[in-house]
Amino acid sequence: MTSPHLPVLMVVLPLMSAPFCAVMRRGLPAWSLALVVTWTSFALALAVLTQVLDHGTIIYSIGDWAAPWGIEYRIDRIGAFMAVIVSGIGALSLAYSRRSIAHEIGVRRRPLFYTMFLLSLAGLLGISVTGDAFNLFVFLEISSLSSYVLISLASDRRALTAAYRYLIMGTIGATFYIIGVGLMYMMTGTLNLADLAARVPEVAGTRTILVALGFLTVGISLKLALFPLHTWLPNAYAFAPSVVTVFLASTATKVAIYVLLRILFTVFGKADVIHAQEIGDVLMVLALLAMFVASLVAIFQDNVKRLLAFSSLAQVGYMILGVSMATATGISAGIIHLFNHAIMKGALFMAVGCVFMRTGSVRVEAFAGLGRAMPVTMAAFVVGGLSLIGVPATVGFISKWTLIQAALETGAWPLAVLILLSSLLAIVYVWKVVEVAYFQPLPSYRGDVREAPLSMVLPMWFLAGCSIYFGIDAATTLGIARDAAAALLGNGP
Amino acid sequence: MSVDWGLFNYWIVVILMMAGFYVVIAQGNLVKKIVGLNIFQVSVFVFYISMGKVEGGSAPILSDAVTLYSNPLPHVLILTAIVVGVATTALGLALVVRIRDAYGSVEEDEIDRYEQEQED
Repeated sequence: MTSPHLPVLMVVLPLMSAPFCAVMRRGLPAWSLALVVTWTSFALALAVLTQVLDHGTIIYSIGDWAAPWGIEYRIDRIGAFMAVIVSGIGALSLAYSRRSIAHEIGVRRRPLFYTMFLLSLAGLLGISVTGDAFNLFVFLEISSLSSYVLISLASDRRALTAAYRYLIMGTIGATFYIIGVGLMYMMTGTLNLADLAARVPEVAGTRTILVALGFLTVGISLKLALFPLHTWLPNAYAFAPSVVTVFLASTATKVAIYVLLRILFTVFGKADVIHAQEIGDVLMVLALLAMFVASLVAIFQDNVKRLLAFSSLAQVGYMILGVSMATATGISAGIIHLFNHAIMKGALFMAVGCVFMRTGSVRVEAFAGLGRAMPVTMAAFVVGGLSLIGVPATVGFISKWTLIQAALETGAWPLAVLILLSSLLAIVYVWKVVEVAYFQPLPSYRGDVREAPLSMVLPMWFLAGCSIYFGIDAATTLGIARDAAAALLGNGP
Repeated sequence: MSVDWGLFNYWIVVILMMAGFYVVIAQGNLVKKIVGLNIFQVSVFVFYISMGKVEGGSAPILSDAVTLYSNPLPHVLILTAIVVGVATTALGLALVVRIRDAYGSVEEDEIDRYEQEQED
């Protein structure tokens, strides 16, 4: 398959199928359509990634209008890698969703769930492949608006307020982003990311560009939930339907980090703002705070979904820490952790979704005795948990190893110590759940708890399996991350 | 006769932006928060429109009589942003309706109190 239209099909397919799901009246046909579409998108993303790895960056002009007047898709290694992560997690969580959604969402709303899911997927994929700053904003809003709806579909009423808060914060973030883009356009007269990169150095010192950089960084940091702009995230993840949490936790914040990388390195790379404007230092301090504060808060949570949400905030800290070092190893540590965290958090949230289906609760107490009653699910949870801690032979180890390597390369050994210390906090909160699951008896009123259905266990174990596989054989993923980091720093293939 | 308005538009942008932002942060009423968010977004619309305006320029129409015209690109961009803004407002208000159904209130402090009571 070497059609030149693969990149655009990957985005357009879910976008166009979404309305068809909306007019369907039952969940099953909508699910079937969405399943075919997401898996096709995943296959297309894989094809695009192989093409990019073999032949270099793909440039695709939408409607054959040449850039900078037309919108172009520019897919390099990191973009193709992001598209694979997003569509892969999308495909797996959609396979997982049928039984989980049947349990959590009413019949009439199920087709709407799949509509919103496809829109969100289209938005996130669009962000990964686009080469135009304003087009990026449109995709950002497509994905955000649909994720507000996805969160509010849960039956818990607190999901509504969580979605509302996310809407307010998300819109402020997106508006900051367009203010930044507007200021950039004023100074350079272009919206194409590659053109911007070429023209920014001439005007880099002006106040307008500095203000633009500030707006862009803060706006995107809101979307990626960087401490202390994270307040929308814990409740949104805790009260959303299980599948939605799986999907958003593994993709939405990751794509926002990708946008930050694009702005800081692709657009402002030649102006070297991360050093010149001390953005790197600010990001590093916030990342360290996120690692410690969020991990500490996670320890005191009684709701396992909330606990994992705070752990996600801490993990965003690790990624940003890697990015803030602005060295090849640092950025590749950030990128590899993007991928690794997507698969381990996906597996963990899927396991929690299975528990919710069988016990009706996600409180720590509800896990009592599940080590014996739901052995397959809990084993996946343990694999994911070990990976969060960073035990060797899991992907988490690869991330932390690369990150510590990056810290030592720059001679910042205190950072390496802090990374290890914060991993100890992860042991505490993971152990909290594992202890209850394996060392407490199953309460007698839960005697009928069974293993989750196969259609949920398989995707969960696929991700858990990936987090072991890529933990042992990390050559491929590390290779892509290193090349992508080199390309972002402007000296790659 | 021409009056030099200078940076007048941009002052309005800054005032609207700060006013809207303040309402979003300081208001406890969920509907008023959405109104604040709208004012905040409108300031950005004005910003983009002012940016594309060329002094004395006409609308960009293909005609021999028109030689100097404003930059249409920011204006077209902001049409998209307006559509996004409308969608956001509609979704936000729809959420407020459902929040009122579920909690019987649109005041943030009351809803927070109900949520703290509902610890499961």
